[in-house]
Amino acid sequence: MRKFWLATLLALLFTGLAANAALAQQPTPSDDEVNAIAKQLYCPVCENTPLDVCPTQACAQWRELIREKLAAGWTEQQIKDYFVEMYGERVLGAPPARGLNWLAYIVPPVVILAGVYVLWRGMRTWKQPLQAASPSVDVPPSDEYVARLEEELRKR
Amino acid sequence: MEETTPTNITEKKSGLPWGKLLAWLGLFILLAIVAVGLLSSQQGPVTIGSPAPNFTLTTFDGQQITLEALRGKVVVINFWASWCKPCEQEAADLEAAWRYYEDRGDVVFLGVDWTDTETPAMAYLSKFDITYPNGPDLGTRISQAYRTTGVPETYIVDQNGVLAYIKLSPFLSLAEIKAAIDPLLKP
Repeated sequence: MRKFWLATLLALLFTGLAANAALAQQPTPSDDEVNAIAKQLYCPVCENTPLDVCPTQACAQWRELIREKLAAGWTEQQIKDYFVEMYGERVLGAPPARGLNWLAYIVPPVVILAGVYVLWRGMRTWKQPLQAASPSVDVPPSDEYVARLEEELRKR
Repeated sequence: MEETTPTNITEKKSGLPWGKLLAWLGLFILLAIVAVGLLSSQQGPVTIGSPAPNFTLTTFDGQQITLEALRGKVVVINFWASWCKPCEQEAADLEAAWRYYEDRGDVVFLGVDWTDTETPAMAYLSKFDITYPNGPDLGTRISQAYRTTGVPETYIVDQNGVLAYIKLSPFLSLAEIKAAIDPLLKP
């Protein structure tokens, strides 16, 4: 009986150790996981090319750095913050919403709304002269010259 | 019901068109911001004879070096990166030049590692046995201050903190580096 309990205890101990070892081993992050973050970053060496498709060695090193950080258990936000600290805000695809950067978020919708308003005002102004200009058949033109002109037009 | 008399119409029209004024003001401010941005982005490189932009370099071993604190010495600032092949051409010559001037005490070499990652950068320093202070360009602040266009680039600051020499390509020999530094040294 004593042997049975000892065996059970050892079995439990080994199972626990094995499970712990499996948890401690972080799998190597896949290319997709790396690129999910890389596509949000831009390296200053090759401007306007997202990091996930940039072919330079500098960008390959940056992607490798992302892989290392992911393997170390860093979150996406932590990695992005690290890149901003190391290489500046211009590595980000979109500027952080603070200071003058707010203009990038505010100006486009304001300009679109202003454009819609100007268009609406314009359409109203264009409609009014058209309505005013359309002559009623029953009302004879007051100007003699216009009357003659309309008469000539009717003849043609 | 209120009648609209000619007097009423005149009163309505005489008020300031605040909406239009605000729209114009907004447009003016926006254009001013864009203009300032364009002007700063289109500034050319720093020029010889202008004061060297100050900076603090945190080296890979944690030492902090401020350019202003090196006033009275000739400072050679070299921008490099481990992925930069032309940088490798001059790496050994730069280290040789540093060793040549090191004992004098009036010449300082600083390596600024631009948009690089630490592991390959350390491997690069080890490969070329570089012993002068080197550190990352954190936030690319130093390269932006010098308005660099790539790597390698070397800026030499004289004893008065004025930019005395600029090289936007790799040095080809130790003699070329010496020829850039020697005229700045006091006899």
